[in-house]
Amino acid sequence: MQWKISVEENILVVRLAGELDLGSADTLRTEMDDALDSSQLRHIILNLADVTYIDSTGLGVMLGRYKKVSKYGGKMALVNPQPQVKKILELSGLTSIIEEYSDESEAFAQIG
Amino acid sequence: MKINNKFKLQIKSVPDNVAFARVTAAAFASQLDFTLNELEEIKVALSEAVTNSIVHGYENNDNNYIELAVSLTEAGMEMCVEDNGKGIEDISQAMEPAYSTDPERMGLGFVFMQSFMDNFKVESEKNKGVKVVMFKKVSSVDGKPEH
Ligand SMILES: Nc1ncnc2c1ncn2[C@@H]1O[C@H](COP(=O)(O)OP(=O)(O)O)[C@@H](O)[C@H]1O
Ligand SMILES: [Mg+2]
Repeated sequence: MQWKISVEENILVVRLAGELDLGSADTLRTEMDDALDSSQLRHIILNLADVTYIDSTGLGVMLGRYKKVSKYGGKMALVNPQPQVKKILELSGLTSIIEEYSDESEAFAQIG
Repeated sequence: MKINNKFKLQIKSVPDNVAFARVTAAAFASQLDFTLNELEEIKVALSEAVTNSIVHGYENNDNNYIELAVSLTEAGMEMCVEDNGKGIEDISQAMEPAYSTDPERMGLGFVFMQSFMDNFKVESEKNKGVKVVMFKKVSSVDGKPEH
């Protein structure tokens, strides 16, 4: 799994690619937490368009960051998950807590 | 049911082996007529079991081994994942949706294994490790025309 973390319009934007499981969860969690802790950022956009696999470990990373930002009134958005990833998100109930958008510009418009 | 093909693997309890195990099992599964969707479900179920052995059974200590045995019958594929870790004292509690002993986790591993597989069984005792056995039916077997 690869990812790029950037800050755009005061939002932490994370663009992920590949398979999100135990092999990458710890590093991703730490990098996102470091970025949040060292800034005033309150919102997160997670672009999932290039994520080809996710399981409950990956969902845990998402839910954990969501809880962290929502404590301070922040929002989180998921962008464009592939069908197999979307199915896991829905089964877990995460999509009823975290908003999902079909493209980044829509997510920016809703969150910013 | 007659076993037509089988493999056994011993893998070290390192995080990268979650992907290795699921890719290997999915490649083996493609000897049967599973749909792409079924292969995805097999991958998630197996990853959940292997992840549990690493993070719970062995508490992330990477110097242990997990045994994976996968067999194919005409009806489908059976996967057995076994560790010698700390075991589960109360299995029915562990299987409850959202139950987890780790606050960073979702408590959905057993939920996914159960909902994606057609048969599912957990055996464990405290300090005696965990054995998960699960079976996925090939759905395309029924209703397939004779040839
Ligand atoms: N192989 C294992 N060894 C020891 N405990 C386990 C094992 N697998 C599962 N458990 C226990 O069962 C609980 C539920 O497992 P699961 O549904 O996969 O959720 P999660 O992994 O998110 O905690 C775990 O939190 C753990 O306490
Ligand atoms: Mg689990």
